[in-house]
Amino acid sequence: MLEYILKRFGQSFLVLFIMSILVFAGVNLVGDPVEMLINPEADQAEVERVIRELGLDKPVSEQYWYFLTNALKGDLGSSFIYNEPALKLILQRMPATLELALFSLFISLIIAIPLGIYAGYKPNSKASKTIMAGSILGFSMPTFWVGIIFIMFFAVYLGWLPSTGRGEIGSFLGIESSLFTLNGLSHVFLPALNLALFKISSVIRLTRAGTREIILQDYITFARAKGLSEKRIVLVHILKNILIPIVTVIGLEFGSLIAFSTVTETVFAWPGMGKLIIDSIYNLDRPVIVAYLMIIVTFFVFLNLAVDILYTFLDPRVRLKGMNQ
Amino acid sequence: MSSRDQNFKNFWRDFSVNKIAVIALFIFLSILFVAIFAPLVSPTDPYDLNSVSIMNSRMPPMSEDFAGNLYVLGTDGAGRDMLSAIFYGLRVSLGVGVLSGVFALIIGSIFGISAAFFKGKYETIIMRIVDIQLSFPSILVALIILAAFGKGVEKTIIALILVQWAYYARTARASALVEINKEYIDSARCLAFSNTRIMFKHILPNCLAPLIVVGTLQTAHAISLEATLSFLGLGLPITEPSLGLLIGNGFEYMYSGDFWISIFPGIALLITVASINLVGDHLRDMFNPRLQ
Repeated sequence: MLEYILKRFGQSFLVLFIMSILVFAGVNLVGDPVEMLINPEADQAEVERVIRELGLDKPVSEQYWYFLTNALKGDLGSSFIYNEPALKLILQRMPATLELALFSLFISLIIAIPLGIYAGYKPNSKASKTIMAGSILGFSMPTFWVGIIFIMFFAVYLGWLPSTGRGEIGSFLGIESSLFTLNGLSHVFLPALNLALFKISSVIRLTRAGTREIILQDYITFARAKGLSEKRIVLVHILKNILIPIVTVIGLEFGSLIAFSTVTETVFAWPGMGKLIIDSIYNLDRPVIVAYLMIIVTFFVFLNLAVDILYTFLDPRVRLKGMNQ
Repeated sequence: MSSRDQNFKNFWRDFSVNKIAVIALFIFLSILFVAIFAPLVSPTDPYDLNSVSIMNSRMPPMSEDFAGNLYVLGTDGAGRDMLSAIFYGLRVSLGVGVLSGVFALIIGSIFGISAAFFKGKYETIIMRIVDIQLSFPSILVALIILAAFGKGVEKTIIALILVQWAYYARTARASALVEINKEYIDSARCLAFSNTRIMFKHILPNCLAPLIVVGTLQTAHAISLEATLSFLGLGLPITEPSLGLLIGNGFEYMYSGDFWISIFPGIALLITVASINLVGDHLRDMFNPRLQ
């Protein structure tokens, strides 16, 4: 068990190491690093000073070492645009992204789980077929386009909800978030629904598949034979048993919500990390791009690691397989 | 009747059970036709500077200009006919999607089948890379590549190939593992055929069915991903106006109520992706014996 976890840790660091090489290569070898890393408005003396400071006159292997040791110290360079450390900029915007992703996860679960159970419980009914066709439509719809439609319809045409930005920030139990004010909620609703759309489709399919498997189990037949009401069977016996696979998948899906939030944040001008990276790419703000990529990859590697370790506790078969390797 | 005709008849008999999938296939083939023959079926050439006039910009659907030309879906900010722009856009979107899908299929199959064939350390390394890559969401992989190496047509295609190859590799390996233990592979080995010949003339054709299923669903995904990346300004350059770029174009006019500029390209994209998904979904059910 411990050996398995250590192995997975080792593997995670290897992935991070390879990613750092890739990102470093992308920035330093493909283009001209001087052009990319130094503010284009700098004069010749400034350029030479920065070249020496960044060690660009040194061999590539030494440069990489320099980049790596600085990154480990938390120094990922400073933004050209904001003149602030890139790491700080990203951490400042992280709460907005996390709040958007959490809220949309919440929306997708409360919509998708009931629909999925229904579609699995009565697979041949008209409503179930509509739900399933809807779910195919749901993940065929390009997120950014749906976002535009939401803005045009709910914000411009009906004028019900604000179309851009993050609302007032409230504080609750020491946590600051716009989810705690009414104004904040009205701002987060449209982007969160937009981001949730794709997830709704996949959670519906997952829940339906789980439900269909479970209703064939003996304990459901037994519960029916005992004369339990259908309501109790669905709410207790089925719901409880499909939650385990759903919860584990959601752990991973949360990561993909954060990745996809780049799109939603751009459409709704939501001031999160995703919008920051897209803006930085436009502005060629390389230090921020590098910092974002390193942070998001680290985040994913450890999210995956956490889910894998959680799995070994939930499912003994994974544990045993890991030991045999 | 040759056995190929017979195979096709059997396939069609199974396929046509699902009426929605048949309609979806028909719609997709029509879209493909329009995309291939875009210059012939478009009312105007939207990128011919002589025929496009800024005087006609942002006209609503079904309006006519002074010369009496009808713009069924209206015009965009530069006065281009939306319908023609969509036809040309479909061409770019489908072209990029299909091209990257084919390359990813080839690369993924080579790695997947050879991993199953040679086994050992080689297989472990390949499949580990596949696992790690699949643990990242596709948009993130594409974002990393395009953010690090810049935008452009080839770079977008390379990013889409790198995003997709792992799915093909995993599918190819899984079905190749089943095929390798069958007798015809033993006999091919006894005939001392080269490894390459066994892998690609004997194993590959028998792994095609699941690869085609993954291929359809992945192509839909690639088209959608390309549109997203192009909309974000990271994918194709404006010289290759795909549907994603057309939608992004309309994004500017969102608040002024000129809905048609971004809605119609979006509907075209949705219909394309949904029809491919519906066909792929049905193919998957067909080839999955557990569901029959």
